[in-house]
Amino acid sequence: QIYGFMELLVAENPRLASKVEIGRSTEGRPIYVLKFSKGGSKRPAVWIDTGIHSREWVTQASGVWFARTIAVEHESDAVLAAVLDEMDIFLEIVTNPDGFVFTHTKNRLWRKTRSVHSGGLCVGVDPNRNWDAGFGGSGSSGNPCSETYRGPYANSEPEVKAIVDFVKEHGNIKAFVSIHSYSQLLLYPYGYTATPVPDREELHQVAEKAVAALASAYGTKFKYGSIITTIYEASGGTIDWTYNQGIKYSFTFELRDTGRYGFLLPASQILPAARETWLALRVIMQHARDHPY
Amino acid sequence: DIDNVGRKYHLKLVLEDIVEKDNIVNCTAEILYHLDNTNAAPDVHFEIEGELKNTEEQDNIFYNRIKSLKKELVAQNIPDSHGNVPPEMEPIRLLAQAAAGYVVWQNSTENTRYELAQIKRVRQVKRSDDYLEFDYMVLLHEFVSQEIIPWQMTVLWHPQHGVKVTQNSRQPKHAEH
Repeated sequence: QIYGFMELLVAENPRLASKVEIGRSTEGRPIYVLKFSKGGSKRPAVWIDTGIHSREWVTQASGVWFARTIAVEHESDAVLAAVLDEMDIFLEIVTNPDGFVFTHTKNRLWRKTRSVHSGGLCVGVDPNRNWDAGFGGSGSSGNPCSETYRGPYANSEPEVKAIVDFVKEHGNIKAFVSIHSYSQLLLYPYGYTATPVPDREELHQVAEKAVAALASAYGTKFKYGSIITTIYEASGGTIDWTYNQGIKYSFTFELRDTGRYGFLLPASQILPAARETWLALRVIMQHARDHPY
Repeated sequence: DIDNVGRKYHLKLVLEDIVEKDNIVNCTAEILYHLDNTNAAPDVHFEIEGELKNTEEQDNIFYNRIKSLKKELVAQNIPDSHGNVPPEMEPIRLLAQAAAGYVVWQNSTENTRYELAQIKRVRQVKRSDDYLEFDYMVLLHEFVSQEIIPWQMTVLWHPQHGVKVTQNSRQPKHAEH
Protein backbone atom coordinates (compact mmCIF):
# COMPACT_ATOMS: atom_id res chain seq x y z
CA GLN A 1 0.00 0.00 0.00
CA ILE A 2 2.83 2.36 0.83
CA TYR A 3 4.53 1.61 -2.48
CA GLY A 4 1.25 2.45 -4.22
CA PHE A 5 1.12 5.74 -2.33
CA MET A 6 4.65 6.53 -3.48
CA GLU A 7 3.75 5.86 -7.13
CA LEU A 8 0.78 8.20 -6.88
CA LEU A 9 2.80 10.93 -5.16
CA VAL A 10 5.44 10.89 -7.86
CA ALA A 11 2.83 10.83 -10.59
CA GLU A 12 1.06 13.84 -9.08
CA ASN A 13 4.24 15.82 -8.42
CA PRO A 14 6.52 14.96 -11.32
CA ARG A 15 8.57 18.15 -11.17
CA LEU A 16 9.36 17.76 -7.49
CA ALA A 17 9.32 14.08 -6.67
CA SER A 18 10.88 10.97 -8.14
CA LYS A 19 11.41 7.41 -6.95
CA VAL A 20 14.79 5.71 -6.87
CA GLU A 21 15.39 2.00 -6.34
CA ILE A 22 18.55 1.67 -4.25
CA GLY A 23 18.64 -2.10 -3.89
CA ARG A 24 16.70 -5.24 -3.00
CA SER A 25 15.96 -6.82 0.34
CA THR A 26 16.95 -10.36 1.34
CA GLU A 27 13.57 -11.62 0.16
CA GLY A 28 13.88 -9.75 -3.11
CA ARG A 29 11.69 -6.77 -2.41
CA PRO A 30 12.70 -3.49 -4.06
CA ILE A 31 13.99 -0.80 -1.72
CA TYR A 32 12.73 2.63 -2.76
CA VAL A 33 13.78 6.14 -1.84
CA LEU A 34 11.76 9.23 -2.69
CA LYS A 35 13.78 12.13 -4.02
CA PHE A 36 12.43 15.68 -3.65
CA SER A 37 14.34 18.19 -5.73
CA LYS A 38 13.76 21.57 -7.31
CA GLY A 39 16.58 21.03 -9.77
CA GLY A 40 20.33 21.26 -9.93
CA SER A 41 22.71 18.36 -9.98
CA LYS A 42 23.97 16.41 -6.96
CA ARG A 43 22.86 19.20 -4.65
CA PRO A 44 23.73 18.94 -0.97
CA ALA A 45 21.02 16.73 0.50
CA VAL A 46 19.07 15.75 3.56
CA TRP A 47 18.37 12.05 4.15
CA ILE A 48 15.48 10.78 6.28
CA ASP A 49 14.69 7.11 6.85
CA THR A 50 11.84 5.46 8.74
CA GLY A 51 10.98 1.86 9.50
CA ILE A 52 14.47 0.39 9.76
CA HIS A 53 13.10 -1.56 12.73
CA SER A 54 9.92 -2.98 11.33
CA ARG A 55 7.83 -3.07 14.53
CA GLU A 56 8.12 0.70 14.98
CA TRP A 57 4.98 1.34 12.94
CA VAL A 58 4.53 4.99 13.91
CA THR A 59 7.71 5.69 11.94
CA GLN A 60 6.70 4.32 8.53
CA ALA A 61 3.34 6.03 8.97
CA SER A 62 5.11 9.30 9.79
CA GLY A 63 7.32 8.83 6.74
CA VAL A 64 4.23 8.68 4.54
CA TRP A 65 2.97 11.88 6.17
CA PHE A 66 6.34 13.62 5.66
CA ALA A 67 6.26 12.71 1.96
CA ARG A 68 2.78 14.10 1.53
CA THR A 69 3.65 17.24 3.49
CA ILE A 70 6.72 17.95 1.39
CA ALA A 71 4.67 17.55 -1.79
CA VAL A 72 1.86 19.78 -0.53
CA GLU A 73 3.84 22.47 1.31
CA HIS A 74 7.02 22.83 -0.73
CA GLU A 75 5.95 26.30 -1.79
CA SER A 76 3.71 27.43 1.05
CA ASP A 77 6.11 26.60 3.90
CA ALA A 78 8.87 29.23 3.72
CA VAL A 79 11.32 27.10 5.69
CA LEU A 80 10.75 24.07 3.48
CA ALA A 81 10.89 26.16 0.32
CA ALA A 82 14.19 27.69 1.40
CA VAL A 83 15.64 24.25 2.13
CA LEU A 84 14.55 22.92 -1.27
CA ASP A 85 16.05 25.97 -3.01
CA GLU A 86 19.47 24.76 -1.96
CA MET A 87 19.12 21.09 -1.06
CA ASP A 88 17.44 17.87 -2.11
CA ILE A 89 15.51 15.68 0.34
CA PHE A 90 15.76 11.90 0.21
CA LEU A 91 13.14 9.94 2.12
CA GLU A 92 13.21 6.17 2.60
CA ILE A 93 9.92 5.14 4.15
CA VAL A 94 10.08 1.33 4.29
CA THR A 95 13.71 0.81 5.12
CA ASN A 96 13.15 -2.81 6.15
CA PRO A 97 10.45 -4.15 3.79
CA ASP A 98 10.86 -7.86 4.69
CA GLY A 99 10.51 -7.08 8.38
CA PHE A 100 7.55 -4.84 7.70
CA VAL A 101 5.68 -7.58 5.84
CA PHE A 102 6.49 -10.00 8.67
CA THR A 103 4.95 -7.63 11.24
CA HIS A 104 1.75 -7.72 9.23
CA THR A 105 1.63 -11.44 8.59
CA LYS A 106 3.34 -13.30 11.42
CA ASN A 107 4.78 -11.31 14.30
CA ARG A 108 3.79 -7.74 15.04
CA LEU A 109 6.85 -7.26 17.25
CA TRP A 110 9.52 -8.31 14.72
CA ARG A 111 12.46 -5.90 14.72
CA LYS A 112 15.21 -7.26 12.52
CA THR A 113 15.70 -8.12 8.86
CA ARG A 114 14.71 -11.59 7.62
CA SER A 115 18.09 -12.90 6.55
CA VAL A 116 19.45 -16.31 7.47
CA HIS A 117 23.13 -16.65 8.36
CA SER A 118 25.39 -19.28 9.86
CA GLY A 119 23.38 -22.45 10.02
CA GLY A 120 19.98 -20.88 10.18
CA LEU A 121 18.99 -21.50 13.76
CA CYS A 122 17.44 -18.06 13.96
CA VAL A 123 16.44 -15.41 11.45
CA GLY A 124 17.36 -11.80 11.13
CA VAL A 125 20.04 -9.21 11.80
CA ASP A 126 19.51 -5.96 13.69
CA PRO A 127 19.95 -3.42 10.88
CA ASN A 128 20.95 -0.81 13.45
CA ARG A 129 23.94 -2.84 14.61
CA ASN A 130 25.16 -3.84 11.16
CA TRP A 131 26.94 -0.61 10.16
CA ASP A 132 30.70 -0.23 9.96
CA ALA A 133 31.19 1.95 13.03
CA GLY A 134 32.43 0.18 16.12
CA PHE A 135 31.09 -2.98 14.46
CA GLY A 136 31.31 -5.98 16.75
CA GLY A 137 31.49 -3.95 19.93
CA SER A 138 29.76 -4.78 23.19
CA GLY A 139 26.76 -2.67 22.26
CA SER A 140 25.61 -5.46 19.96
CA SER A 141 25.26 -9.24 20.11
CA GLY A 142 27.02 -12.08 18.29
CA ASN A 143 24.09 -14.40 18.90
CA PRO A 144 21.91 -14.83 15.78
CA CYS A 145 18.86 -15.36 17.99
CA SER A 146 19.29 -12.01 19.69
CA GLU A 147 17.31 -8.89 18.81
CA THR A 148 20.56 -6.94 18.60
CA TYR A 149 22.47 -9.51 16.50
CA ARG A 150 25.06 -7.56 14.53
CA GLY A 151 25.30 -9.98 11.61
CA PRO A 152 28.31 -11.96 10.38
CA TYR A 153 30.08 -8.81 9.13
CA ALA A 154 29.36 -5.11 8.61
CA ASN A 155 26.95 -4.36 5.77
CA SER A 156 25.97 -8.02 5.49
CA GLU A 157 22.37 -6.88 5.19
CA PRO A 158 21.33 -5.71 1.72
CA GLU A 159 19.02 -3.16 3.34
CA VAL A 160 22.03 -1.57 5.01
CA LYS A 161 24.40 -1.99 2.09
CA ALA A 162 21.92 -0.26 -0.21
CA ILE A 163 22.05 2.88 1.91
CA VAL A 164 25.83 2.71 2.36
CA ASP A 165 26.31 2.47 -1.42
CA PHE A 166 23.85 5.28 -2.02
CA VAL A 167 25.45 7.62 0.50
CA LYS A 168 28.96 6.97 -0.80
CA GLU A 169 27.92 7.31 -4.42
CA HIS A 170 26.01 10.53 -3.79
CA GLY A 171 28.85 12.02 -1.83
CA ASN A 172 27.00 15.21 -0.91
CA ILE A 173 24.64 14.34 1.89
CA LYS A 174 24.85 16.94 4.64
CA ALA A 175 22.20 15.83 7.11
CA PHE A 176 21.14 12.27 7.92
CA VAL A 177 18.17 11.45 10.16
CA SER A 178 17.13 7.92 11.08
CA ILE A 179 13.75 7.56 12.76
CA HIS A 180 12.79 4.97 15.37
CA SER A 181 10.33 4.47 18.20
CA TYR A 182 9.79 4.50 21.13
CA SER A 183 11.12 6.62 24.03
CA GLN A 184 10.77 10.25 22.95
CA LEU A 185 14.42 11.06 22.39
CA LEU A 186 16.54 13.01 19.92
CA LEU A 187 20.02 11.53 19.73
CA TYR A 188 23.33 12.33 18.09
CA PRO A 189 26.49 10.14 17.86
CA TYR A 190 28.21 8.19 19.30
CA GLY A 191 26.64 4.99 20.52
CA TYR A 192 29.72 2.79 20.27
CA THR A 193 32.05 4.92 22.39
CA ALA A 194 31.86 7.40 25.22
CA THR A 195 34.27 9.70 23.40
CA PRO A 196 32.22 12.79 22.45
CA VAL A 197 32.05 13.73 18.80
CA PRO A 198 34.09 16.82 17.84
CA ASP A 199 30.87 18.64 16.88
CA ARG A 200 29.14 17.84 20.14
CA GLU A 201 28.43 21.45 21.10
CA GLU A 202 26.77 22.31 17.84
CA LEU A 203 24.79 19.08 17.59
CA HIS A 204 23.60 19.55 21.16
CA GLN A 205 22.37 23.04 20.39
CA VAL A 206 20.60 21.94 17.22
CA ALA A 207 18.95 19.13 19.18
CA GLU A 208 17.85 21.59 21.84
CA LYS A 209 16.17 23.80 19.25
CA ALA A 210 14.62 20.85 17.46
CA VAL A 211 13.16 19.44 20.66
CA ALA A 212 11.70 22.84 21.58
CA ALA A 213 10.05 23.08 18.16
CA LEU A 214 8.65 19.58 18.60
CA ALA A 215 7.20 20.44 22.00
CA SER A 216 5.53 23.55 20.60
CA ALA A 217 2.92 21.40 18.85
CA TYR A 218 1.38 19.31 21.65
CA GLY A 219 3.72 19.74 24.61
CA THR A 220 5.37 16.36 24.02
CA LYS A 221 8.63 16.18 25.96
CA PHE A 222 11.71 14.71 24.32
CA LYS A 223 15.07 14.22 26.02
CA TYR A 224 18.22 14.70 23.94
CA GLY A 225 21.91 13.89 23.98
CA SER A 226 24.40 11.42 22.58
CA ILE A 227 23.26 7.84 22.08
CA ILE A 228 25.58 6.32 24.67
CA THR A 229 24.74 8.81 27.43
CA THR A 230 21.04 9.05 26.75
CA ILE A 231 19.84 5.59 25.80
CA TYR A 232 22.48 2.83 25.92
CA GLU A 233 25.70 1.59 24.35
CA ALA A 234 25.02 0.52 20.77
CA SER A 235 27.72 -0.61 18.35
CA GLY A 236 27.47 -0.65 14.58
CA GLY A 237 24.72 1.96 14.51
CA THR A 238 23.57 3.96 11.52
CA ILE A 239 24.36 7.50 12.54
CA ASP A 240 27.74 6.63 14.03
CA TRP A 241 28.71 5.44 10.54
CA THR A 242 27.19 8.43 8.75
CA TYR A 243 28.91 10.85 11.13
CA ASN A 244 32.25 9.14 10.56
CA GLN A 245 31.64 9.52 6.83
CA GLY A 246 31.63 13.25 7.37
CA ILE A 247 27.88 13.84 7.60
CA LYS A 248 27.98 16.23 10.51
CA TYR A 249 24.25 16.58 11.11
CA SER A 250 23.53 12.95 11.94
CA PHE A 251 20.57 12.41 14.25
CA THR A 252 18.31 9.61 15.42
CA PHE A 253 14.79 10.15 16.72
CA GLU A 254 12.90 7.85 19.04
CA LEU A 255 9.25 8.88 18.65
CA ARG A 256 6.22 8.43 20.96
CA ASP A 257 5.49 7.12 23.45
CA THR A 258 7.50 6.35 26.59
CA GLY A 259 6.18 2.85 27.19
CA ARG A 260 2.48 2.89 27.85
CA TYR A 261 1.71 1.61 24.35
CA GLY A 262 5.28 1.41 23.11
CA PHE A 263 5.43 -0.14 19.66
CA LEU A 264 1.63 -0.55 19.59
CA LEU A 265 0.94 3.17 19.47
CA PRO A 266 -2.76 3.86 18.79
CA ALA A 267 -3.46 5.04 15.27
CA SER A 268 -5.01 8.19 16.71
CA GLN A 269 -1.53 9.31 17.77
CA ILE A 270 0.08 8.96 14.34
CA LEU A 271 -0.85 12.39 13.01
CA PRO A 272 0.22 14.28 16.15
CA ALA A 273 3.46 12.29 16.27
CA ALA A 274 4.20 13.00 12.62
CA ARG A 275 3.32 16.69 12.91
CA GLU A 276 5.44 17.34 15.97
CA THR A 277 8.39 15.40 14.54
CA TRP A 278 8.19 17.35 11.31
CA LEU A 279 8.67 20.60 13.25
CA ALA A 280 11.90 19.17 14.65
CA LEU A 281 13.01 17.96 11.21
CA ARG A 282 12.46 21.46 9.82
CA VAL A 283 14.83 22.86 12.41
CA ILE A 284 17.51 20.34 11.48
CA MET A 285 17.06 20.86 7.73
CA GLN A 286 17.08 24.64 8.08
CA HIS A 287 20.25 24.51 10.15
CA ALA A 288 21.95 22.28 7.59
CA ARG A 289 20.91 24.66 4.82
CA ASP A 290 22.14 27.74 6.69
CA HIS A 291 25.42 26.15 7.75
CA PRO A 292 26.94 24.62 4.64
CA TYR A 293 30.19 22.78 5.07
CA ASP B 1 27.43 2.98 46.57
CA ILE B 2 27.24 1.05 49.82
CA ASP B 3 30.23 -1.21 50.42
CA ASN B 4 29.48 -4.93 50.32
CA VAL B 5 25.78 -4.25 50.07
CA GLY B 6 24.93 -2.66 46.77
CA ARG B 7 23.92 0.63 45.22
CA LYS B 8 21.18 2.87 46.52
CA TYR B 9 19.24 5.42 44.52
CA HIS B 10 17.25 8.29 45.99
CA LEU B 11 14.44 9.32 43.70
CA LYS B 12 11.98 12.18 43.57
CA LEU B 13 9.19 11.43 41.19
CA VAL B 14 5.76 12.50 40.13
CA LEU B 15 2.98 9.97 39.74
CA GLU B 16 0.48 10.79 37.04
CA ASP B 17 -2.88 9.10 36.77
CA ILE B 18 -3.15 7.40 33.38
CA VAL B 19 -6.89 7.92 33.31
CA GLU B 20 -7.13 11.46 34.70
CA LYS B 21 -4.07 13.36 33.54
CA ASP B 22 -4.60 16.26 35.98
CA ASN B 23 -4.32 13.96 38.94
CA ILE B 24 -0.67 14.07 39.96
CA VAL B 25 0.99 13.06 43.20
CA ASN B 26 4.53 13.70 44.41
CA CYS B 27 6.55 10.74 45.59
CA THR B 28 9.99 10.03 47.03
CA ALA B 29 11.59 6.62 46.90
CA GLU B 30 14.72 4.72 47.85
CA ILE B 31 15.82 1.81 45.71
CA LEU B 32 18.59 -0.54 46.75
CA TYR B 33 20.07 -2.87 44.13
CA HIS B 34 21.84 -5.75 45.86
CA LEU B 35 25.47 -6.38 45.02
CA ASP B 36 25.73 -10.13 45.35
CA ASN B 37 22.42 -11.79 44.92
CA THR B 38 21.27 -10.70 41.49
CA ASN B 39 18.29 -12.97 41.90
CA ALA B 40 16.91 -10.80 44.63
CA ALA B 41 14.52 -8.03 43.70
CA PRO B 42 15.71 -4.53 44.56
CA ASP B 43 14.51 -3.17 47.90
CA VAL B 44 11.97 -0.42 47.44
CA HIS B 45 10.75 2.07 50.03
CA PHE B 46 8.53 4.97 49.06
CA GLU B 47 6.43 7.78 50.45
CA ILE B 48 3.51 9.43 48.73
CA GLU B 49 2.57 13.03 49.39
CA GLY B 50 -1.18 13.01 49.85
CA GLU B 51 -3.52 10.31 48.67
CA LEU B 52 -4.12 8.27 45.58
CA LYS B 53 -7.47 8.70 43.89
CA ASN B 54 -10.40 6.70 45.20
CA THR B 55 -11.58 4.31 42.48
CA GLU B 56 -14.24 2.44 44.46
CA GLU B 57 -17.06 3.21 42.06
CA GLN B 58 -15.25 2.11 38.89
CA ASP B 59 -13.82 -0.92 40.69
CA ASN B 60 -17.28 -2.09 41.69
CA ILE B 61 -18.72 -1.52 38.23
CA PHE B 62 -15.95 -3.62 36.70
CA TYR B 63 -16.21 -6.26 39.39
CA ASN B 64 -19.95 -6.65 38.99
CA ARG B 65 -19.71 -6.73 35.21
CA ILE B 66 -17.21 -9.61 35.28
CA LYS B 67 -19.09 -11.46 38.01
CA SER B 68 -22.25 -11.36 35.92
CA LEU B 69 -20.68 -12.75 32.74
CA LYS B 70 -22.32 -15.97 31.67
CA LYS B 71 -19.06 -17.38 30.32
CA GLU B 72 -15.53 -16.81 31.59
CA LEU B 73 -13.82 -13.89 29.87
CA VAL B 74 -11.31 -14.74 27.15
CA ALA B 75 -9.44 -12.25 24.97
CA GLN B 76 -6.33 -11.88 22.81
CA ASN B 77 -3.96 -9.19 21.61
CA ILE B 78 -4.62 -6.23 23.87
CA PRO B 79 -3.80 -3.72 22.44
CA ASP B 80 -4.17 -5.03 18.90
CA SER B 81 -1.60 -4.38 16.19
CA HIS B 82 -2.90 -0.86 15.69
CA GLY B 83 -2.86 0.05 19.37
CA ASN B 84 -6.61 -0.30 19.80
CA VAL B 85 -8.15 -1.45 23.09
CA PRO B 86 -11.92 -2.05 23.14
CA PRO B 87 -13.36 0.06 25.99
CA GLU B 88 -14.61 -2.97 27.93
CA MET B 89 -11.06 -4.38 27.88
CA GLU B 90 -9.44 -1.28 29.32
CA PRO B 91 -9.74 -2.44 32.97
CA ILE B 92 -8.29 -5.82 31.94
CA ARG B 93 -5.33 -3.98 30.46
CA LEU B 94 -4.89 -1.77 33.53
CA LEU B 95 -4.96 -4.85 35.74
CA ALA B 96 -2.26 -6.43 33.59
CA GLN B 97 -0.14 -3.30 33.92
CA ALA B 98 -0.43 -3.40 37.70
CA ALA B 99 0.42 -7.10 37.83
CA ALA B 100 3.26 -6.68 35.33
CA GLY B 101 4.61 -3.95 37.59
CA TYR B 102 5.12 -6.55 40.28
CA VAL B 103 6.79 -8.98 37.85
CA VAL B 104 9.04 -6.23 36.53
CA TRP B 105 10.05 -5.22 40.05
CA GLN B 106 10.94 -8.79 40.91
CA ASN B 107 13.14 -9.08 37.82
CA SER B 108 14.76 -5.66 37.64
CA THR B 109 18.45 -4.87 37.91
CA GLU B 110 20.35 -1.67 37.24
CA ASN B 111 20.75 -2.87 33.65
CA THR B 112 17.15 -3.60 32.74
CA ARG B 113 14.19 -1.54 31.68
CA TYR B 114 10.99 -3.47 31.20
CA GLU B 115 7.73 -2.31 29.67
CA LEU B 116 4.52 -4.27 29.16
CA ALA B 117 4.28 -4.55 25.37
CA GLN B 118 1.08 -6.53 24.86
CA ILE B 119 -1.35 -8.98 26.43
CA LYS B 120 -1.17 -11.97 24.09
CA ARG B 121 -4.07 -13.68 25.74
CA VAL B 122 -6.08 -13.50 28.94
CA ARG B 123 -8.38 -16.14 30.32
CA GLN B 124 -10.64 -15.74 33.31
CA VAL B 125 -10.45 -18.63 35.76
CA LYS B 126 -13.59 -19.56 37.64
CA ARG B 127 -13.36 -19.29 41.42
CA SER B 128 -15.60 -20.28 44.26
CA ASP B 129 -14.61 -17.31 46.44
CA ASP B 130 -15.06 -13.56 45.87
CA TYR B 131 -11.83 -12.97 44.01
CA LEU B 132 -11.56 -12.54 40.27
CA GLU B 133 -8.78 -14.64 38.76
CA PHE B 134 -7.14 -14.08 35.39
CA ASP B 135 -4.48 -16.14 33.70
CA TYR B 136 -2.44 -13.77 31.52
CA MET B 137 0.17 -14.45 28.88
CA VAL B 138 1.91 -11.14 28.28
CA LEU B 139 4.87 -9.89 26.29
CA LEU B 140 7.40 -7.80 28.13
CA HIS B 141 9.77 -5.58 26.17
CA GLU B 142 13.22 -5.34 27.73
CA PHE B 143 14.75 -2.14 26.47
CA VAL B 144 18.50 -2.68 26.80
CA SER B 145 18.49 -6.04 25.02
CA GLN B 146 15.43 -5.10 22.95
CA GLU B 147 14.07 -8.58 23.61
CA ILE B 148 10.40 -9.48 23.69
CA ILE B 149 9.88 -11.88 26.56
CA PRO B 150 6.71 -13.94 26.98
CA TRP B 151 5.61 -14.13 30.59
CA GLN B 152 2.77 -15.94 32.28
CA MET B 153 1.03 -14.29 35.23
CA THR B 154 -1.79 -15.55 37.42
CA VAL B 155 -3.54 -12.50 38.85
CA LEU B 156 -6.11 -12.27 41.62
CA TRP B 157 -8.13 -9.12 42.17
CA HIS B 158 -10.82 -7.93 44.52
CA PRO B 159 -12.15 -4.37 44.89
CA GLN B 160 -11.31 -4.26 48.59
CA HIS B 161 -8.25 -6.51 48.63
CA GLY B 162 -6.40 -5.25 45.59
CA VAL B 163 -4.07 -7.07 43.18
CA LYS B 164 -2.10 -10.25 43.91
CA VAL B 165 0.18 -12.05 41.51
CA THR B 166 0.04 -15.62 42.76
CA GLN B 167 2.14 -17.19 40.05
CA ASN B 168 4.39 -15.89 37.35
CA SER B 169 6.96 -17.44 35.07
CA ARG B 170 9.10 -16.50 32.14
CA GLN B 171 8.18 -18.47 29.04
CA PRO B 172 10.42 -19.75 26.24
CA LYS B 173 10.42 -17.61 23.12
CA HIS B 174 8.00 -18.97 20.54
CA ALA B 175 9.99 -20.81 17.91
CA GLU B 176 8.47 -18.48 15.32
CA HIS B 177 11.78 -17.72 13.76
